[in-house]
Amino acid sequence: MNDTQNKLDAALRQAVRGRITRREFTQLALASGVSLAAANSMFTKAYADEPKKGGTLKIGVGHGATTDSMDPGTYPDQFTGTALWGTLSNSLTEIDADGNVVGDIAESFEASDGAKKWVFKLRKGVTFHDGRAVTADDVVASLQHHRGEDSKSAAKSLLKEIVTLKADGDTVVFELTGGNADFPYTVSDYHMPIMPKKDDGSVDWESGNRTGAYKLDKFEPGVKASFSKNPNYYKADRGWFDAVEFYSIKDVAARTNALMSGEIHYMDRCDLKTLDMLKSNPDITVQEITGYGHYIYVMNVTQKPFDDVNVRLAIKYSINRDDVLEKVFLGHGTVGNDNPIAPTVKFAVDPQPRHSYNPDKAKEHLKKAGLDSLTFDLSVADAAFSGAVDSALLWKEHAKACNIDINVIREPDDGYWDNVWLKKPFVASYWSGRPTVDWMMTTAYAADAAWNDTFWKNPRFNELLVAARSETDEAKRAAMYAEMQQILHDDGGLVNILFNSYVEAHAKNLGHNKVAANWQLDGMRIAERWWFTS
Amino acid sequence: MHPVLRTVLQRLGLGVLTLFVVSVVIFASLEMLPGGFAEAILGQGATPETVAAFNREIGLDRPATVRYVEWIGNIFRGDFGYSYAGLGGSIKRSVTDLIAPRLYNTFFLAIMTAIVAVPLSLILGILAALYRNSWYDRIVNSVTLTTIATPEFFIAYLLMFFFAIRNKWFYSLSTVSDTTDFIEHIYRAALPAITLMLVIVAHMMRMTRAALINLLASPYMEMAQLKGVPRREAIIKHALPNAWAPIATVIAFNLAYLVVGVVVVEVVYVYPGIGQLMVDSVSSRDMPVVQACALIFAATYIFLNLLADIISIVTNPRLLHPK
Amino acid sequence: MTAQSPQLRQVRARRSLWESTRRTLSSAPFSAWFGMIVILLYVIAAVFAPWIAPYGEAEIVGKAYQPPGPEFWFGTDQIGRDLFSRLIYGARNTIGIAFLTTLLSFAVGGTLGVLTALKRGWLDQGISRVVDAFLAIPVLIFALMLLAVFGKSIVNLILILALLDSTRVFRLARATALDVVVMDYVEAAKLRGEGMGWIIFKEVLPNILPPLITEFGLRFCFVFLTIASLSFLGVGIQPPTADWGSMVAESKTLITFPVRTFPWIPAPFYPALAIAILTVAINFVVDWFLHKTSGLRDEV
Repeated sequence: MNDTQNKLDAALRQAVRGRITRREFTQLALASGVSLAAANSMFTKAYADEPKKGGTLKIGVGHGATTDSMDPGTYPDQFTGTALWGTLSNSLTEIDADGNVVGDIAESFEASDGAKKWVFKLRKGVTFHDGRAVTADDVVASLQHHRGEDSKSAAKSLLKEIVTLKADGDTVVFELTGGNADFPYTVSDYHMPIMPKKDDGSVDWESGNRTGAYKLDKFEPGVKASFSKNPNYYKADRGWFDAVEFYSIKDVAARTNALMSGEIHYMDRCDLKTLDMLKSNPDITVQEITGYGHYIYVMNVTQKPFDDVNVRLAIKYSINRDDVLEKVFLGHGTVGNDNPIAPTVKFAVDPQPRHSYNPDKAKEHLKKAGLDSLTFDLSVADAAFSGAVDSALLWKEHAKACNIDINVIREPDDGYWDNVWLKKPFVASYWSGRPTVDWMMTTAYAADAAWNDTFWKNPRFNELLVAARSETDEAKRAAMYAEMQQILHDDGGLVNILFNSYVEAHAKNLGHNKVAANWQLDGMRIAERWWFTS
Repeated sequence: MHPVLRTVLQRLGLGVLTLFVVSVVIFASLEMLPGGFAEAILGQGATPETVAAFNREIGLDRPATVRYVEWIGNIFRGDFGYSYAGLGGSIKRSVTDLIAPRLYNTFFLAIMTAIVAVPLSLILGILAALYRNSWYDRIVNSVTLTTIATPEFFIAYLLMFFFAIRNKWFYSLSTVSDTTDFIEHIYRAALPAITLMLVIVAHMMRMTRAALINLLASPYMEMAQLKGVPRREAIIKHALPNAWAPIATVIAFNLAYLVVGVVVVEVVYVYPGIGQLMVDSVSSRDMPVVQACALIFAATYIFLNLLADIISIVTNPRLLHPK
Repeated sequence: MTAQSPQLRQVRARRSLWESTRRTLSSAPFSAWFGMIVILLYVIAAVFAPWIAPYGEAEIVGKAYQPPGPEFWFGTDQIGRDLFSRLIYGARNTIGIAFLTTLLSFAVGGTLGVLTALKRGWLDQGISRVVDAFLAIPVLIFALMLLAVFGKSIVNLILILALLDSTRVFRLARATALDVVVMDYVEAAKLRGEGMGWIIFKEVLPNILPPLITEFGLRFCFVFLTIASLSFLGVGIQPPTADWGSMVAESKTLITFPVRTFPWIPAPFYPALAIAILTVAINFVVDWFLHKTSGLRDEV
């Protein structure tokens, strides 16, 4: 049966591409015991699913500002990420729909010396939009753009581990300070597109002359970015649209209305409250992907009263995560367990005992800390994550039963990340997550991490973090990562409410393959991966 | 000197002073705001190192007074400077280039709204005063009060629902660009204009009515009535000329509002006007852009009020020919 | 009738306060009655909120977006709080904040406006320039900046909104007063040597009161709307405090989904309706007052 099925599938693929006639396919199907009606519907469905060229894709994104710049080091969010990286550019590597790292500008990559030395071999025949071939020098210049004293790049700290990088024929060689088995993931980041090198050795980030499936027509920061097809794109099976337009529509209601009135084909960040009503619209498909992103509340563990692990545990037991998930996020997400590693990430574990709502345990831990009751301020704003304020208010109600009084302070959205996050002792925070355990932990929980928002420094944890990077034995590495996640769960300063789902909606006539989970908008590469079915 | 000319000259001179005060107030507020341009752009990803590099590049590491003096010096030479965004590259974004298309959009919407709204509200207001306490008066009153009392975005969403989603007569997105032609621009800006109209007509109409009714008890109105002048004629010929001063003030307020106060409508309809640009620039602390927007708003305001004052002088013989 | 005429004065003088109030009220038109009753109901709701509301202001009592029923008269909001209770508490907060803000802005703006119209000269120019500078900066954006600088407590919100509003009141008071100060009776008062206080409160103010009262009614309602807009842009009243403007902004996405998919009235319509009804009511009363002060005794 399976064999027949495969044969039939193969024939179907050939039929929709016109290599065999539809009649031939139907005959084959009938011969395999499929009814005529079923064969016809298989053909129609397959034909609709098959990528087709043409059309102008219009996307409404809930981000974008007039200060957005072509400089990839300062790409702040989905708008610049999806438009100026995923549509216009390519990085050395790419994360595929299954979360694995695969080559992009680099054809292959190889580690040696305990993952301290990495050699990336470049793909042949990749050209910039002006027709010039991509060389190893371009790659070096593009990455150097983020390094050095004067770099203002968000990727600067990511690339700190590089000691040297140099071009060698059609390869680029990296020497790292320590082993890092996950290094290819790092260079897949959307801040690091490959750009042409200028004569003075610096890189041309301004003109928009990149390698991607679409060429930049016009970029109006904070309003719109429009692109047209790059006929010389090196991936034959990508980039189906004739043109792509991105609109910055920050107001979620306006975004939804634009989708319903057919003025855009795709929107990110749907409003959860009205999702059921949106779903009932026959022309719209709502798509939900559980990503790596998580909504957390983080406390500064160096400050009283959060310096006591029992207080931290009491707090972790005082919130009813299921209730928050149901009421504020209407079930769109996965309940967190004070572990920042999403269940879909390789080496993720679910530390025990699970932290769930338990007033008795919370009171018990308070008693151990020598307290009868606890009062603290929680600074929140929806700038951290949409729903942060409502979740905090719910939590306040839950915590009452645990003798914990939470004073919820709503901070202004404007400037939240500068003035509240990393400044106030207990705040709402958001991580869009990272595709590997190491990357996430290094970014936010390592003792010397620039964004250590819990100010948590655990010697054993940091020791394991370094050791695991160069550990090539998968089983040993898994054990180390499991222990790290357990320590963070028991001792750390984060209260992970949930892993959020990317809830996005699009017109029914858009086709796609499996959708990636690493970023929103199909890993931010929707423009080259999707197509119109009609 | 003629009193109108004197007022104009005096006001223009003082207008420059007002602009100066505005620039100081805005600069001071921006300085008092926590965080800077670098922190705002880098957001959650900011580290002390990258912030320092950013500030070096755009010159924010110098004291505030130095930056202000430098900025205002350039203004006097007609140079509005460059946006902090993209200052590091070779393609700088001049504030004028950034603002010009947005300013055009804003004025386009404002003029489009005003052309309909001002005559409409005057007529409605005069009629309401004329047929005071009639059913017409009560209905217009209640309707305008309800539109006044409803948040702008609420009206905007309702209009969007009825005219862009249920009936696809208009676009829900009003994104226009420099390639949009004139007719298309009007069409795209129709819903925002109707929203704004509903908001300002109510206010202007009510003030017109109030100003007229206030005069109905004046001796000269009673005189006119006793003379047997028809009510309609009495109101239009005798009351209206004396009501121009408060009406002009309210119209000036509302016209200024159309330019400076429409940020919410811009957000809802995604209309690339100058209000959104200013809010964006405030939240990213992009001082040159914020200052330029503020000066434009202030200049608009000063101009419209000067106009209102001229009208009150011209229509009041006591002010026009002082003893 | 004619024989009684000489006594009329005496009878009037003996009429008690209650009597004259009753007489005035009995002459009030239907719209004014409607307005007064609505305002009275709102004030009762505001004052006795804790006794009227079935649930607490921030109490989570059910699931999110439950439809109206015997348990929750208007249904529940986005995190399961009783909408009816929040509307009642909203009356208290919204009206309180708006009233304080408007009162403050009229006290400051009105007095300064009349004063400058009378004095003219440098005082007028000085204050007018400062006011012009403040007016020339968009309210919402300026309020956003000031709230970010000074912190967004309710007291700050009231002070900032009152300050920004008072500039507008000043402008109107001054413009209308300019017409009055050139009147002969004002000059007569000046020549009589009356003090500035007398001239402002006895001569000028009564004559510019009608447009100011109209403006008061409007400004009062504008405060709700400004708060709604501020909430729309991400600042405003601190949760879980119930405030109508913020309540509309919180559930703005429900506005564009029609009753067709919602078997009951969507949540944002209740607070919006509460604002609209109050606004209409206040302005009905204001109109009646305007009518009375205008000295017109003609038709109904």
